[in-house]
Amino acid sequence: MAVGSISVNSSTDGTRAALSGRLGVADVMQVNRALKGVPDDQTLVLDMAAAEWIDTSIAWAIGVKQQAIEAAGGRLQIDGALPEARQLLDTVFAALPKPDAAKADGGRPSLTQMLDRVGRSIAGAGGVLAQSLALLGMFLSRLGHSVLHPRDFRLTALVHHCQAAGLGAVPIVALMAFLIGVVLAFQGSMQLRQFGAEVFVVDLISISILRELGILLTAIIVAGRTASAFTAAIGSMKMREEIDAMRTLAIDPVAALIVPRVLALILMLPILGLIANLAGLIGGALMAWVELGISPAMFQTRLIEGTDVKHVFVGLVKAPVFALVIGIIGCQAGLRVKGTAESLGSMTSSSVVAAIFAVIVIDALFSIFFAQIGI
Amino acid sequence: MTETVIEVRGLRTQFGTHVVHEALDLDVYRGEILGVVGGSGTGKSVLLRIIAGLLVPQAGQVTMLGTDILHGAEAAQAAIGHRIGVMFQDGALFSSLTVCENVEVPLRAIKELDPATREALARLKISLAGLPWSAGDKYPSELSGGMRKRAGLARALALDPEIVFLDEPTAGLDPIGAADFDLLIRKLSKTLGLTVFLVTHDLDTLHAVCDRVAVLAERKVLVTGTMEDMLKVDHPWVKEYFQGPRARAAQVPQAAGTS
Repeated sequence: MAVGSISVNSSTDGTRAALSGRLGVADVMQVNRALKGVPDDQTLVLDMAAAEWIDTSIAWAIGVKQQAIEAAGGRLQIDGALPEARQLLDTVFAALPKPDAAKADGGRPSLTQMLDRVGRSIAGAGGVLAQSLALLGMFLSRLGHSVLHPRDFRLTALVHHCQAAGLGAVPIVALMAFLIGVVLAFQGSMQLRQFGAEVFVVDLISISILRELGILLTAIIVAGRTASAFTAAIGSMKMREEIDAMRTLAIDPVAALIVPRVLALILMLPILGLIANLAGLIGGALMAWVELGISPAMFQTRLIEGTDVKHVFVGLVKAPVFALVIGIIGCQAGLRVKGTAESLGSMTSSSVVAAIFAVIVIDALFSIFFAQIGI
Repeated sequence: MTETVIEVRGLRTQFGTHVVHEALDLDVYRGEILGVVGGSGTGKSVLLRIIAGLLVPQAGQVTMLGTDILHGAEAAQAAIGHRIGVMFQDGALFSSLTVCENVEVPLRAIKELDPATREALARLKISLAGLPWSAGDKYPSELSGGMRKRAGLARALALDPEIVFLDEPTAGLDPIGAADFDLLIRKLSKTLGLTVFLVTHDLDTLHAVCDRVAVLAERKVLVTGTMEDMLKVDHPWVKEYFQGPRARAAQVPQAAGTS
């Protein structure tokens, strides 16, 4: 870009530095180095007669030098600057930034600060849990209100969310369960063949899918798909102050936004679980036929004889609970979004992680419970 | 005032079937502050984005600093990028960086700079834009709208551009903040020798800052000239705009203290 140079001549009565040509930001290091080499406690004459043009960075370098020289008791004299350059120098000198007092906490955090941070994040997690419980309570109270006053209920929103969270998830849930059935049948047949117990692969598939995998994996997919959608939708409404606008218009955001979403999920997740169960059994039956020669008719007979119907209920009874937890976590994260796009992103990802984690923890609790009551 | 730094000829812009510009011509001269006005939807911001190289029009010729920015070589266009600065309406600061780091972003293109100098230069630009030192360490979300605009201006000025594009610099500011911003633009333009291309709705800004005004209407630049010239134009929209009740109110302080 700019072609310019600086030359420095020292003599007994002071130093003379001459700038020439066009000096821009690419030359600032060179100028700065040359000026730094001049001692601060004497007179420096800066000859700018040959400088055609300078930019703010060169003016900055001169300004910094002037401050250093004045602090050390010397003097900087600028000769021959063009009017434009003179004006620029004055503007930049006036604007030279001064740091405010001491810079706030720099460097490595101390042990106390780290402990403080840990304590705060634990207390924050407790607060989030409390907020989620509060939202659950509000959801139940608004749901109760809707039961008593069916006219206030937003049926259109419910149907819309049933479609988005339920119907829209059918292909991915069915495909996932089908493949899980295939994998289970394949792996099961490999192991059971060693004992000549191939036919038990039907029990393996049916019990594991109906009792656990069908609904658990469906809940995990829905947590990833729908919890994030809830957080993003409610969070972006929060960002654009739509939720505040609703409050000023006497529309209850919980009743308008959260009840239809969570209720839709509670209605849809058992259906999705049932679809996953069917798809998993079909996948398992197909693989058992291909791999072990168990015909579909034989699979069906064995399934009906060997697998109690209670397994289906043990699986599906968990679905509404999973749905409630996923919905509440997703909506609650949306309400916690602050004004920035960044917080929307971080809340969306944290709602998915929290929802999947909660689903797995609750599944474990259900397993213990069913083991204790013996079903 | 004679050198033309931006030359737009026969510009045609179209979104779907909606024609925004048709046979639009515009000249911007070195060192001037040109205010572009027009009703909503007349394509003021679109014109700014085309000249800044962010949008490609259907037809026409845009020459900036002697380079054809629509059909020229990519390297030449990239070089132009260092000689212009754009301030977007809400600053368009990178939200994950502090203000100081935001201003450093364009400076990173200069390989010769070491990090300390880069930071010092960024701090200078922040100070030139009228922000206190402490603002440099803050994130954009922690700043008010007016401060974000100033930070956006600091970033646009980082490389000492020859031309600065300002998109609605005073929109959303209170009158005091807007007047301060007007003064800042005027001062920086004169001392740094900037050419300013300014899109605005603000009549006070037009009065206080602009050397010349270009009116966009009927898909082209209807008329250009000083504010005084605008009062003589016989076109319903221009009359309404420059002689309406708000325009008369904006003229009053101007007549009292012309500087």
